[in-house]
Amino acid sequence: MTATAVAPAPAASSAVDRVRRARRRPARRVRLVLTALAAAACAAVLVRVLLGEYVVALADLVPILRGEPLPNAPGASFIVMEAKLPRALLGALAGLAFGAAGAMFQTTLRNPLASPDIIGTSLGASAAAVVALTTLDAQGLWLPAAAVAGALAVSLLMHAVGRGTGLAGQRMVLVGIGIAAMLSSVIQLVMTRTSIQDAQAALVWLTGSLARATWPVIGLLAVALVVLAPVLALCARWMRLAELGDDLSTTLGVPAGRARRGLVVAVAMAAVATSATGPIAFVAFLSGPIARQLCGGRPSLWAAALVGAVVVVLSDFAGDYLIPDVNLPVGVVTGALGAPLMLAVLVTAGRAGKA
Amino acid sequence: MTTTTLTPASTDVAGPRTPAMSARGLTLSHAGRTVVDRLDLDVPAGQVTVVVGPNGCGKSTVLRGLSRLLRPSAGAVRLATDGAEADIWSLRPKEFARRVALLPQSPPLPDGITVVDLVGRGRHPHHTLARRWSAADDDAVARAMHATGTLDLADRHVAELSGGQRQRVWIALTLAQETDVVLLDEPTTYLDVAHQIDVLDLLRDLNRRDGTTVVMVLHDLNLAARYADHVVALREGRLVGCGAPADLVDEDFVARVFGLGSRVIADPVTGSPLVVPAPTHEQTGATP
Repeated sequence: MTATAVAPAPAASSAVDRVRRARRRPARRVRLVLTALAAAACAAVLVRVLLGEYVVALADLVPILRGEPLPNAPGASFIVMEAKLPRALLGALAGLAFGAAGAMFQTTLRNPLASPDIIGTSLGASAAAVVALTTLDAQGLWLPAAAVAGALAVSLLMHAVGRGTGLAGQRMVLVGIGIAAMLSSVIQLVMTRTSIQDAQAALVWLTGSLARATWPVIGLLAVALVVLAPVLALCARWMRLAELGDDLSTTLGVPAGRARRGLVVAVAMAAVATSATGPIAFVAFLSGPIARQLCGGRPSLWAAALVGAVVVVLSDFAGDYLIPDVNLPVGVVTGALGAPLMLAVLVTAGRAGKA
Repeated sequence: MTTTTLTPASTDVAGPRTPAMSARGLTLSHAGRTVVDRLDLDVPAGQVTVVVGPNGCGKSTVLRGLSRLLRPSAGAVRLATDGAEADIWSLRPKEFARRVALLPQSPPLPDGITVVDLVGRGRHPHHTLARRWSAADDDAVARAMHATGTLDLADRHVAELSGGQRQRVWIALTLAQETDVVLLDEPTTYLDVAHQIDVLDLLRDLNRRDGTTVVMVLHDLNLAARYADHVVALREGRLVGCGAPADLVDEDFVARVFGLGSRVIADPVTGSPLVVPAPTHEQTGATP
């Protein structure tokens, strides 16, 4: 026998160079896309703040942000600081959260349908918030707390049903779609039973809107994202293995259940965002596939987050000004845009599956 | 060699070597049904072991039991590589993943992934929270890709490769894991005969060169007899026989394992046993 346990000789340096180069090329493209998307997100926020019915000059923006008085445009400061900027920022933050959460779900569960707005996590947050709002008169921090609790409860239920089967991911998605249908009827029920004022407030939880943009809400969402983003980055490593299927993920050192437990971070992200804006339709669902197209086929959480921000901010802008004298909530615009795009995604996913 | 090696050069020691993996009383159940029943099995270190048996005999389930994908309902599997012996379930997932690799039958392919990226996934067990990708990883990936002849494909998308190339890339992933034991579940499925031989030659070369212990499930008894150092035959979840193909595979063996009448002759190319099945229906093959 000639078999030996000697450590293999190092690879030829030309081979190593080749590996390095091949690894770097897609990474470069992703970096480029991320830079472009970040610029686009900033541009979208600027457009939202400066343009519209009340146009603010770019030169005036810095003094306004500094709180200096503007003698030539006395109302500008109020409009920017109390209406336009909060809306733009809340839209951007919520978009980031929905985009990242959606991409994380879709990639980990290997299913384009598995985004929080389709499988009931966002609706879990909505339903809990609506119930808290109408029956317990919840205010302030209690609303997001109820939303996160609702989303977590739904996710745990999906996880429990899928547990221990070879098709856990697939089952989670199917169960989630069922739960989503159930929860939206819960919300409808609450709305028909409650006072007209409460129903008006609860409507936000069905369509998603940036009308509640106030600085405390923005601050809360920003803090939540700053805390959750690094954790999400860590869980993204598990996601990369979950993409290889439950078996390989396990034999590479990440038991499949653990990768799915990492989704709890995405759940929290989507829930906090939902508690601030309501479930903005299709943003979580579509940001991932759009980002993937831009990145040359590879899913990227950060690109998806930025796509989400751009989509929400621009949709809100369009909802305000597209149809004269009608202010559409952002969720209506993304819903109208999203439905045809969803069909496109499903059709291409079906084709890829066959090939 | 002029250098003195103090490492236990296991191969030179006469007598039976410690098996790389050994199962004792291994019972594996799936959905309440016992698929593998009290199996005793040794995987000889540094050899190619092939598990054979009829459909549904529990071949793949055994591989799942060896690779920690299925927790035994009774019995245990012990792993003895790197001079450390332990029950496989006592190891941490990553520690186990540095010692045993598995290639499942048809793992899902991540969207838009390139060859080099996919092979790089095999390095995960060697990473920690603090230490991510390093030069050692580039080196391991380059070696795995060189060994499988996939270097030229490095920046291609895996989805656009042919079946044979794709299988080489998956094998490269398991090699990049740098384990002493590599388990493969039907690595030749969906491949034409030329690519089947190509993949099996590749695996045997790896075994001969690096001393990697290879365990694979194969459907084709003739390929098993040709490539195995050690054959393990199962039927209905029980061990029917094990040993070197030349000692094990004969007409009686084929009848016991597959319930098939046959003639077993010496393969004119390799000398290994070659099973020529007898017709199962009276008329076939006897056309006037």
